[in-house]
Amino acid sequence: MSAPVSSIREPLIIGHKTYHDITENLVAPTEKAPPLSWILIFIPAVALLGLGTFAATWTVYGGIGTWNLNRTINWGWDITNFVWWIGIGHAGTLISAILLLFRQKWRTGVNRAAEAMTIFAVMCAGFFPIIHMGRVWNAMFIFPYPNTRGSLWVNFNSALLWDVFAISTYFTVSLLFWYTGLVPDLATIRDRAKGIRKKIYSFFALGWTGAAKHWQRWEYLSLILAGLATPLVLSVHTIVSFDFATSMIPGWHTTIFPPYFVAGAVFSGFAMVLTLMLIARKVLHLEQYITIAHIESMNKVILTTGSIVGVAYITELFISWYSGYIYEQWAFFNRAFGVYWWSYFGMMTANVISPQFFWSKKLRRNVTFTFFLSIFINVGMWFERFVIIATTLARDFLPSSWSYYSPSWVEISLYLGTFGLFFTLFLIFVRVAPVVAIAEVKHILKGAGDQYVGENATKNH
Amino acid sequence: MKKRKDVVYGIYNDEHDLLNAVRSAKDKGMEIMDVYSPFPVHGLDPILGLKESRLHIAGFFYGMIGTLTAFLGMTWIFTKDWPTIFGGKPYWAVPSFIPITFELTVLFAAIGMTISFYVVSGMGFGVENFVLDERISDDKFCLAFDKEEVDASAAKEFLESTNVEEIHEKVVKA
Repeated sequence: MSAPVSSIREPLIIGHKTYHDITENLVAPTEKAPPLSWILIFIPAVALLGLGTFAATWTVYGGIGTWNLNRTINWGWDITNFVWWIGIGHAGTLISAILLLFRQKWRTGVNRAAEAMTIFAVMCAGFFPIIHMGRVWNAMFIFPYPNTRGSLWVNFNSALLWDVFAISTYFTVSLLFWYTGLVPDLATIRDRAKGIRKKIYSFFALGWTGAAKHWQRWEYLSLILAGLATPLVLSVHTIVSFDFATSMIPGWHTTIFPPYFVAGAVFSGFAMVLTLMLIARKVLHLEQYITIAHIESMNKVILTTGSIVGVAYITELFISWYSGYIYEQWAFFNRAFGVYWWSYFGMMTANVISPQFFWSKKLRRNVTFTFFLSIFINVGMWFERFVIIATTLARDFLPSSWSYYSPSWVEISLYLGTFGLFFTLFLIFVRVAPVVAIAEVKHILKGAGDQYVGENATKNH
Repeated sequence: MKKRKDVVYGIYNDEHDLLNAVRSAKDKGMEIMDVYSPFPVHGLDPILGLKESRLHIAGFFYGMIGTLTAFLGMTWIFTKDWPTIFGGKPYWAVPSFIPITFELTVLFAAIGMTISFYVVSGMGFGVENFVLDERISDDKFCLAFDKEEVDASAAKEFLESTNVEEIHEKVVKA
């Protein structure tokens, strides 16, 4: 009783798969020894993680003075990286929640990996504000709890505290959503496994049986969590943008920031999903589940959000001129032609010009081109955050304190370290859990398998 | 004393065969123990007569608890326990309480519903519920009868009359 599907719709599962084939193909990466390509990525990832751990220890030992931040530029790579990683963490929930509400079937191929990516990216993001505190052992002071320091609470009026709540909520809800989706697939692995492996997967599969009532509740829960996660994901980057927008710094206190940040977050998130999935697809041989149709759909999202970001940049410039307020005008002039002009033009090229290539269907469906463009966009979005933060701070109200900043080896290592963390976790994840949602792919098979739809269809519904 | 269940079940290869079997079992007025499938089979719930889940109603109340916790908590802290002026705002600065109130609403609703889901479904870390057939999580669909509710030979006869693949009997810990 699948929903009627147009026969001209492009299939999303290729290779005339049966339900059993889907299980075999998608569980395979967790059962076999890791391929050489996996090991070759894993080793540098762990090495980077080690470097990051060393740099974090160095920072805690020596203090924030080991960074090149100064009195004028007091937010640098740390907060840039934080905003960048949070942005990347947005695609997962967007794919799994918003596309679920819109009933986009292509989400099933990529949602699991994108959600995992979200969780790991939020971990990487959360690391930066915490290490930026300097005295990381007091990090729990950011949470409101009754304490013996007198009647003393956190400032609920501060955008920074809203951020604490937004990000910890986002992390928790994403984790619940991801894990609940994973449970039936863990049961699939459990039922195939033997010995100690079976015991481990039994523990984590939570006693899933596949009973009709459980499926009903499971679908309900997914749908409502999706409904909750949709405003949540929009609120998170909105609140991150409040960190800047509620301040009194020309170039920061603009009302366009929330929508502009959210669009940028989706933009960079999809770019990162593509970077990761194109690698995973190759290494784990998932070409029949993550098809060219999936890549094209994601490229369309990139084109849309990239254009929104472009319009936002131009609107920002226009409004600063139109405001007639010379400090605002100067802030934007400085952004484009000041000391950090190179990052502004890097951002403009990578974020505004490069996604426009995706108007071409041929390029949208070109895997190699998509891969390089996705990396280009990631770099561009990092520049965006750097432009907003460093350029604005470098030229503050008092010309005598104007300054320039470039990161120390510690800051660079911390950033590389988060890549290490991100890839290490992701690579472990693809080895222990199915990277494509098995049950959900089976569910759409009869509406999206190539034996049912498309030009190679051999069966009717 | 451990509770046991004596089960007769049929294995189907396709969800349509399963749906047809469930439909005719219901028509015959047979008591179905449960139906198992590797993915949610749409159209099954109304045939089985499963009521709509009330998880969303619970979610609403969990959310309300979050809203009240956040809003009343911040109100108490900033007007009674620790009245402090920030940026010239009044003590009770409602607009700046909104972001956190929203976040906690979502957080409470999500955590509450997820925990409810697992508790009500009898699931949790380390829980081992009986699995009738290990292929159910792969590609088989299963219709099960409890021998206490349905006569065993009648159930087998019924299963044979449907487009069934295999028929098995099994005693499981309930």
